[in-house]
Formats: sequence, structure tokens, C-alpha cells
Amino acid sequence: MSTTKASRIGEEIWKTRIDKVNAELVTLTYGTIVAQLCQDYDSDYKQVNQQLDKMGYNIGLRLIEDFLAKSGVGRCANFRDTADMIAKVGFKIFLNVAPTVTNWASDNNQFSLIFDENPLADFVELPDDGRAQDELWFSNILCGVLRGALEMVQMQIEAHFVSDVLRGDDTTEMRVSLVRYIEDEMPPEEE
Amino acid sequence: MLHTQAVFSLIIINKAGGLIYQREFQAGLRKLSTNDYLVLAGTFHGVHAITRSITPKIPLAPTTNSPAASPGTSTPAASSYSYPNPGASVSGLDYLESDKFRLTCFQTLTGTKFLLFTDPMTGNVETIINKIYDLYADYVMKNPFYQLEMPVRCEAFDRHLGAWLRGRT
Repeated sequence: MSTTKASRIGEEIWKTRIDKVNAELVTLTYGTIVAQLCQDYDSDYKQVNQQLDKMGYNIGLRLIEDFLAKSGVGRCANFRDTADMIAKVGFKIFLNVAPTVTNWASDNNQFSLIFDENPLADFVELPDDGRAQDELWFSNILCGVLRGALEMVQMQIEAHFVSDVLRGDDTTEMRVSLVRYIEDEMPPEEE
Repeated sequence: MLHTQAVFSLIIINKAGGLIYQREFQAGLRKLSTNDYLVLAGTFHGVHAITRSITPKIPLAPTTNSPAASPGTSTPAASSYSYPNPGASVSGLDYLESDKFRLTCFQTLTGTKFLLFTDPMTGNVETIINKIYDLYADYVMKNPFYQLEMPVRCEAFDRHLGAWLRGRT
């Protein structure tokens, strides 16, 4: 499946099958959650990142069924297809953004998502305490969502942000690596 | 009498083979015991896995010619076997049919199975199952208090499922 085909699927679902909500509601709700976590953990941003990731993971485990039910897509043939599916269908239908897939590792098991826009981070300025700029990954929930969702479709992945415009970086970039395909129920392959 | 668009019942099996949902949609259908439903779910899960593993594999021809073109040539190495249509994933059992009913199995990519018992004449079973999956994604998976892989006790799911099936046809 090509990137353009994935984009088309994403557009189509976004237009016809998605209930829209007010973007401010999403932005403010998410912002409040992160701010509350920062307060609860006494500005221990490593903990906050971890909590966000964990929350995202629990969302991903559930959200994947909605993604599959709405998109009706089949299993991806390879990890490159998976990347396009995440960027052009997944992010499109749930956040109406379509990050760019790029920086593939030579073994095709690692890629980056570059976010030109990020509805979670609208209006946000990180706390001016000298540490948040270096330690907090504001949108870290997204890493967890991907991890949870892909685990449900038999892919163990690792995802983390490597840069964020909120920190003053030029881009917002998430690095996603395939750890392994989880083959529980699959019949053993004869060698 | 039952009309020909009848949907008899639905079973949902989690990815470990456990029964998580069972419901009839026609009044007065004979019910199995709870234990029998559990056994049915577990057995079907096993049979489904077997049908996946016995899916025939055809040898890949050494050249890029049509794979099935040269029967009787020497057996290729095991690694050069492929499923008949490599692009499509191996699905396993899709449906069972008898004179009196049709059992359609839809397995999601996450491993959850939806088993729908219908009249053999019922059309568009796929549409029905897709709608059920939609409702499941909404009213079960998005219910924050539903515990994953556990039996489904979501009143809203029951309600919407019943209402949609009644409103069909």
C-alpha cells in the first residue's frame, strides 16, 4: 500500500465516519491533565513523561479496535506500510493531522514521524523553571498510544520523542522502532 | 415465525479463546448451558487455529514464473513455500453452513472473534458483523470501566446492538 493510498483512506474516513469535537476541548483537557500531573509529581518531569506514556498505552489498547472497525483495513504487509497507516490514517482520523514519515533506518525497522502541527500543544508554553524545557515531553501520551495500539496487532514497538517545537527545537519528531512481531497464536513456521 | 433475515445469536471470543459475550436475538431460542457455551468458544478457538495451520502452502518456483506452473519438479527448500495468495493474510475458518443455519466467524486483527449465527438465507452478513464490531469498539472498548479480555457486561452495548438489529430490514 502506498503513502498516497493510505492518505486517501485517511481522508475518506475523516470526512465520512468521524464524529468531530471542538479542538479547544481536546487541547484544554489534555493540557489540564499534563499540568495536573506536573503538580502531582512535584515537577518530576521524568515521572510525568512516564505517566503520560502509560495513559496513552491504555488508550491505545482500546483505540485500536475503533481504528480497525472504522477503517476496515487489513493487516499491513510490512513495517513501512504500518508507518504509513499510522501517519496517514491513524493520526488523520483521530487528530486530523498527518505527520510525515521519514528517516528510515537501513533495516526498515525504525522511522521518524515529523509533526508539522500538533493539536495537543496549541497554546502551550512549557514552565519556565529551567528543567521542563529539557525534561518534559509534553505530548508523550502519543508514544503510549502507538505502543498500546500496535501491541494489540502483534507488534512490540518502542516510541519516544526526540525533539519538540515546544522546547525550541525546529521540528517535533517522534522516533518509532519495531522491537519484534509478537507471534503468540500463530502456528509455528517450519524452517 | 422467524423471517429469513433472522440473526439468531452472537458469541464473542477473546484472543485467548475465552467466551466474553453470548446473546440470543430471537425470543424462545433453546439455550445451551453456560458451561456448554464456554466449551463451544474454546473448541471453536482451537479449530480456528487448526484451520489456519493446515492452510495449504504451495512451493515457490525457482524462477519468477507462475508458481504453480511446474508440478513434479524437485521439492524446493521448505523456506520457499508460500501461501496461495501471499498478499492476503491467513484467515482460518470463515464460516460454517448447514441447512438450518450459518455460523460466520469474523476475527479482528487483534484476535477477537465474533461468531454470528444466522439463517442461511440471511444476506449481507458481513455488513451486520462490521456494524457489530463498530458497536463493540464504541460501547465496549471505549467504556473506561470495561476490563480488557474480560466478559462484556455493558448495558449500552446490549441496548444499541438490540436496537440496531431490530431496526434492520
